[in-house]
Amino acid sequence: MSAVIEENHHDDHHHGPAKGIMRWVYTTNHKDIGTLYLWLSFAMFLLGGAFALVIRAELFQPGLQIVEPEFFNQLITLHGLIMVFGAVMPAFVGLANWLVPMMIGAPDMALPRMNNYSFWILPFAFAMLSSTLFMEGGAPNFGWTFYAPLSTDFGPPSTTYFIFAVHLMGISSIMGSINIIVTILNLRAPGMTLMQMPLFVWTWLITAYLLIAVMPVLAGVVTMMLMDIHFGTAFFNAGGGGDPVLFQHIFWFFGHPEVYIMILPAFGVVSAIIPTFARKRLFGYSSMVYATASIAFLSFIVWAHHMFTVNMPLAGMLYFMYATMLIAIPTGVKVFNWVATMWQGSMTFETPMLFAIAFVVLFTIGGLSGLMLAIAPADFQYHDTYFVVAHFHYVLVPGSVFSIMAAVYYWLPKWTGNMYDETLGKTHFWLSFVGINILFFPQHFVGLAGMPRRIPDYALQFADYNMVSTVGAFLFGFSQIFFLFIVIKTIRGGKKATSRVWEGAHGLEWTIPSPAPYHTFTTPPKDLTEAHG
Amino acid sequence: MSENKGGLSTKRTTLKLLSVTVGMFAFGFALVPLYDIICDVTGLNGKTAGQYVEQQNERVVEDRTVKIQFITNNNGEMPWEFRPETRSLEVQPGELNATNFFVRNPSGSTIMAQAIPSVTPFRAAKYLHKTECFCFNQQELASGESLAMPLRFIIDADLPKDISTLTLSYTLYDITEQISGGLASN
Repeated sequence: MSAVIEENHHDDHHHGPAKGIMRWVYTTNHKDIGTLYLWLSFAMFLLGGAFALVIRAELFQPGLQIVEPEFFNQLITLHGLIMVFGAVMPAFVGLANWLVPMMIGAPDMALPRMNNYSFWILPFAFAMLSSTLFMEGGAPNFGWTFYAPLSTDFGPPSTTYFIFAVHLMGISSIMGSINIIVTILNLRAPGMTLMQMPLFVWTWLITAYLLIAVMPVLAGVVTMMLMDIHFGTAFFNAGGGGDPVLFQHIFWFFGHPEVYIMILPAFGVVSAIIPTFARKRLFGYSSMVYATASIAFLSFIVWAHHMFTVNMPLAGMLYFMYATMLIAIPTGVKVFNWVATMWQGSMTFETPMLFAIAFVVLFTIGGLSGLMLAIAPADFQYHDTYFVVAHFHYVLVPGSVFSIMAAVYYWLPKWTGNMYDETLGKTHFWLSFVGINILFFPQHFVGLAGMPRRIPDYALQFADYNMVSTVGAFLFGFSQIFFLFIVIKTIRGGKKATSRVWEGAHGLEWTIPSPAPYHTFTTPPKDLTEAHG
Repeated sequence: MSENKGGLSTKRTTLKLLSVTVGMFAFGFALVPLYDIICDVTGLNGKTAGQYVEQQNERVVEDRTVKIQFITNNNGEMPWEFRPETRSLEVQPGELNATNFFVRNPSGSTIMAQAIPSVTPFRAAKYLHKTECFCFNQQELASGESLAMPLRFIIDADLPKDISTLTLSYTLYDITEQISGGLASN
């Protein structure tokens, strides 16, 4: 390990990155790798979004117009997998790569070479997953939850490729998480205590622990599927002594912490942005840390609320119902603290702040529909309807995705040295905000009225809301091309950003010049008064 | 923090985290037997236990009768005819009962089958003791062959008072492929 550190030292003498494409292939620089993650994430966001637009186009009217039901199911599956593993997770890992070392005053990630591997596994994983679309029998068609035996006994031959792709994504996430934990625990600037870290670092530390706890379980469950398909075992085959319900338990033991993996870093981002534009310190810093830790702990013991309808004993249902509702308490603490931070602040509404406020409002709506779903007796009505679709899209799109966009606008001047165009940024925000609500809000209504999820056709009474929803989808989808344009325009030029960038910004990353030099904090910062935002 | 010390603790932390990862991978697999144990203990999922050995002086509750219903299902494309001799029985808890299930293979080929039982209400599962059940074995029928398969069971005298009806459901699986592959683990 000391060899690696010496190598880094050696690198310090070249004051910039290598030239050409090989810079990106061989790079061990946390900023380069962060950039790679963010671009991969954006590409996957557009790909998964394109699948979603085909789905919404098919649902524009009742009846089958554009795609066959078999292909529709493949799109549903790939949309889910690509958005979860390809868009949201790598975006947060990219942000962590860029920001964690700069926020804690470290020169780089603790394990730079492994950092390179964990990124470069991903393009192969997603190439493998996407290639199943062109295979005989088509892509996986059983939804992103790949319930057995639908996926084992009845899945297409390409299921094996899907399994190996999930293995690769898992390995990448685990390596990335280990790297983040080691960096945070060992490379903080001398004198920086854990409770001095910015909340984004805290939320990522906790998220990384969640990842190393549950990604191996996901790897385990797909390995069991692989063995059921190819080696004649019967983990999930009742005929051979296995149990299909077991699959759901193991899957959701991974799956529920997974949803917090996708939202905790978002909490960290919003906790950085709101204080900056309210020009106040974050209200209740330590309660934020404890709330995050509580949510992470609770996420391990509530998984079966995804499967109330498999017929559980009454005691089980009551336990999972109340435990799930308990999560509303630490989450409520967080929402309260964000609102209290804004209270009587000198607020301004630049693009990152708009996205952050929209996050607080819309994530809360998604959280409330989650509470409705947690009510076991009511869940029998909501289960597998569009109400569930509306719920998790409200927490994931105006939740996680908005926080990522907020983060990009907020730190882009630090990354590129140029200010983005505020008018364009605000336009992008309003298009996205209006689009997302037109897209997902009507889905609550069709869901409550009984429209099932994952179907290419529907009863006539759902037609109007579906048409509205599709219009919103195209508005939101095409707004993201505009986002791409804004980002590229900012990279190419614009008003020069100061080191501080934002008048009210706090944190070590704002003490270094904009754009951030290729190597930062090669000597640890002395003054830590700036440390937590 | 000196660089050397930093390097050492990086290695140590990494190894610790790697062992957590390996441990959680193992835990994922440990969930399989754990789940079976939990199901056996609680009767969760309506799983019934294995073969029961009748005790010498089984207590019979003479003043109570319980209705037990029998349901048969075929999984997927399983072509066998499969039906119980009787749809339901009135039995006394503690007494040994016997009934038969009939199967016939109307298809043109030899098929291996495995029946999987399930009891509702779930909490009654652990009170249904089977001293003999065709579900403990696999059946093989050539084309056109038929078979009467015995089931002998005792309903535990401790069956909760509020349960007056049990339903025992069997689902028949075609396991020919798994067996001929020679790879079946169970």
